[in-house]
Amino acid sequence: MMVDVSAIAAAMPYLLEGLWFTVQITLVGVTGGIVFGSLLAVARLSKNPMVSALATAYVNLMRSIPLILVIFWVFFLVPWAIGWLTQSGRPIAVGASLTIFVTFVLFEAAYYAEIVRAGFRSISPGQYSACEALGLSKFHAYIYILFPQAIRNVLPILLTQTIVLFQDTSLVYVISATDLLGAATKVAQRDGRLVEMYLTVGVIYFVLCYAASQFVKQLQGRLAHGAR
Amino acid sequence: MSLLFEATPDGAGRYLDWIVSGLGWTLSLALGAWTIALVVGTLIGVARTLPNGILPRFGRVYVETFRNIPLLVQMFFWYFVLPELLPVRVGMAIKQMDPPWGSFVPALICLGLFTAARIAEQVRAGVQALPRGQIQAASALGFGWAGMYRMILLPQAFRIILPTLTNEFMTIFKNTSVALTIGLVELTATAREINENTFRTFEAFGVVTIVYLVIALIAWQIMYRIERAVQLPALAGGGARP
Repeated sequence: MMVDVSAIAAAMPYLLEGLWFTVQITLVGVTGGIVFGSLLAVARLSKNPMVSALATAYVNLMRSIPLILVIFWVFFLVPWAIGWLTQSGRPIAVGASLTIFVTFVLFEAAYYAEIVRAGFRSISPGQYSACEALGLSKFHAYIYILFPQAIRNVLPILLTQTIVLFQDTSLVYVISATDLLGAATKVAQRDGRLVEMYLTVGVIYFVLCYAASQFVKQLQGRLAHGAR
Repeated sequence: MSLLFEATPDGAGRYLDWIVSGLGWTLSLALGAWTIALVVGTLIGVARTLPNGILPRFGRVYVETFRNIPLLVQMFFWYFVLPELLPVRVGMAIKQMDPPWGSFVPALICLGLFTAARIAEQVRAGVQALPRGQIQAASALGFGWAGMYRMILLPQAFRIILPTLTNEFMTIFKNTSVALTIGLVELTATAREINENTFRTFEAFGVVTIVYLVIALIAWQIMYRIERAVQLPALAGGGARP
């Protein structure tokens, strides 16, 4: 069968709108995920057994179930949670975007937590002792001394996880959101152009992810070189 | 959890039967795709470590293609796009496969080849982590390329990468849920169907979440035992030592 290029060109503005939403989910997921994930990582290192057990349980739970299942959970739970918070006594309907942002922060935080924790473990124990000897508070020790080194050590893995996150955003398809793949699906079904639309989004994802992964590879080389 | 023992609307059984059927499809898909992924992934991984020729380049193209396109887009490719690109008669035959095979077969191929790219990278890393002396000693002993990989390099490489393979083994179970987008009623889709029939969201999704947790625990146990069983004293601790 022939591929109709004009159909792709006509759909491009709509696809780019979808891509913008994909980028938004990624940005929120990365920012919120790293912040919440770092808190989880610090909690897992805590001397309080309750705190570390809770953080460990959360991370293991999230890492054991599929993202699609988490999307469904949040999709059903967020209206209840907001209804409860506002004490209206019944679920409140919320937009799909809020649901999606919450999902990706909650889910990706578990994966970022493991990476940041590996970063903390790569720092020599002397750094922790030195912070104590200098009389730094726990908070200042983490913010100024430990966290920057931990992040630097695992930067390539953090970025690779972010590429995975970017690809995972396509799963919001299951609640009919209009990300890049969602936009393509809507055009494909309206115009009967499945082949053109799915091949186009495949190429777009490939170009972006390949470029990003090549960048990470270069950065990895440069960091390894700087460390010598 | 009384929900499990209530009759389904079609009157044919209880909701528990739906869960068992969904679990069956999830397990079949995961284990089938895992087999494909191990075979294809090992071949591609070996190809990437060969010194020269067209094979390493083909291996790189394979890995980059399958790793840089989201699984869901690949799923749609095998399900929607491929039958249109093939000759009309073949395409029609694929589209007319009886359910659930019409979605199971594309999902199996998709998940198998997708995971193969990830396993290939691990196999390559495992082979490259071995000391050069292993290849030189094997050549000196008169091994050809095939024998060298089969009897010297791969058995050691697989022991090195077993922990990361364990991760991949658990990932493939979770990734089977993507097959619900092309109509396979696996575990997650079962939860959604029960919810749509009963509106008992917490029970429906709660049961399925617990089932996934149990699978993860069992998969981890299996891999842990394999790891212990095949460990070599010289390699214990994961890396090669002089």
